[in-house]
Amino acid sequence: MAADSLVNWGLLSLSAPGWGGVLLQGFLNSIQIAVGGFTLGLALGVGGAFGKLYGGPVLRDLLECYTTIVRAVPELVLILLLYYAGTDLLNQVLALFAIGPVDISGLMAGIFVIGVVQGAYSTEVLRGAIKAVPAGQIEAARAYGMSPTKVLRRITLPAMLPYAIPGLSNLWLIATKDTALLAVVGFSELTLVTRQAAGTTKAYLLFFLAAGALYLALTLISNVFIGMIERHARRGFAESR
Amino acid sequence: MTDETTHAVAFTPEDLPTARSFFLPHRIVMMLVFAAFVVAVAVFMRWDWLPRYLPRLGWGILVSLVMLFSTAILGFLLAVPIGLVQVTGPWFLKLPAKAFCTVIRGTPLLLQLWLLYYGLGSLFPQFPAIRQSFLWPYLREAWPYGVAALTISFAAYEGEVMRGAFGGVPHGELEAAKAYGMGRWTMFRRIWLPRAIHRALPTLNGETVLQLKSTPLVATVTVVDVYAVISKVRQETFLTYEPLLLLALIYMCLTGILVVAFRTFENRIPTRGA
Repeated sequence: MAADSLVNWGLLSLSAPGWGGVLLQGFLNSIQIAVGGFTLGLALGVGGAFGKLYGGPVLRDLLECYTTIVRAVPELVLILLLYYAGTDLLNQVLALFAIGPVDISGLMAGIFVIGVVQGAYSTEVLRGAIKAVPAGQIEAARAYGMSPTKVLRRITLPAMLPYAIPGLSNLWLIATKDTALLAVVGFSELTLVTRQAAGTTKAYLLFFLAAGALYLALTLISNVFIGMIERHARRGFAESR
Repeated sequence: MTDETTHAVAFTPEDLPTARSFFLPHRIVMMLVFAAFVVAVAVFMRWDWLPRYLPRLGWGILVSLVMLFSTAILGFLLAVPIGLVQVTGPWFLKLPAKAFCTVIRGTPLLLQLWLLYYGLGSLFPQFPAIRQSFLWPYLREAWPYGVAALTISFAAYEGEVMRGAFGGVPHGELEAAKAYGMGRWTMFRRIWLPRAIHRALPTLNGETVLQLKSTPLVATVTVVDVYAVISKVRQETFLTYEPLLLLALIYMCLTGILVVAFRTFENRIPTRGA
């Protein structure tokens, strides 16, 4: 087979006979899930990190179980478990309140699943970052009579940010790539629509390479922004690498 | 992306509980609650399918482990040159190595796997030369694509780690080796590589644990690993939770064993001071 007949660029066009629009829609879904999951994970992570550092013994152990399980079980398995168990549990809880079963949108379920997985990782990242804040700074804040929430808002969170940003940016990149796993539960994000497009048109290489280019572009653009954020967060630091 | 990808993410030996830490009052209560939960799961859920599938599950675990170790070893062998050329190589080697790491680390493993399996897999039969070659019986199977995708991914992540490790070996040690009159190859073999591996060992172990967590992806291209066996159970018995809980337990045990093995291995390497 000749090389030029292998590539039919028309398949990537945005309108109906081409699959470009479908691919971009899937890409948009992927980004939405990544953003939502990362944000949810960050919220869980802040809570988890503070619980692990300042919580009671029972809370600490429960959080330890959470992070251990998430870090020891493959994401694919966790996604399946959370996807089925999460929707099932929600419907059972709703049934208790005599509300009929609801159809949980794939988007919400995806964000929930990715968020729970990311939460465990960001707990660890943020815990390390908070521990890196010099204790004297927090003591000084307490000596000024600041309440715990004010210490958190004014000292701990801003001071830990430079330490947390490398880990968090890695987590963001992991989140964008973990969205691909939702293809296995049938959510139409980029990887799944790519496979559908490829399966329909038999142009496997073209579509998978196109999707790869989209993912790569997302990563590279993210890296540019991460660099900017990192420079901003480290602006008060001496240049010592 | 920084080198320390796995620092917080991977399950490391520091996360293992110590034996003494179990005997705290609140932990004993929590363990009792957990034991009650386990008993409830064992009694109230359906496990009658388990004996029938036990041999297949054993095979599945074996396939998963073979996938893990073969790809980790192959990937590491690829990662050493990839890391090395990024530190000392000429630009025409440095650039492709860097591009390889960026591209592989920037795209999902699932996509790479499907690209290899569906993309290349659909391309190969069109070439009679490949169809008639001795490789064809293997290329028709699914597992070579799984091994290839996992190896490539591991090599890219490890290559980045090894780049940092090679670059981090103190310059004085290499100069000392040169002063002893070692050739470049001897110096690499005796000083540079062992020191770099030593430095990278915790990260390497973390990456291997992460690699274990990537192996179930090969089930999506019809390799029958433990994940695929569990999927089969779910299809045949119409059970949702029981097989998945068992699968999570299996992976937790595998991770635990792997981490304990790595800890004993790491402890055997002598280090000085802190």
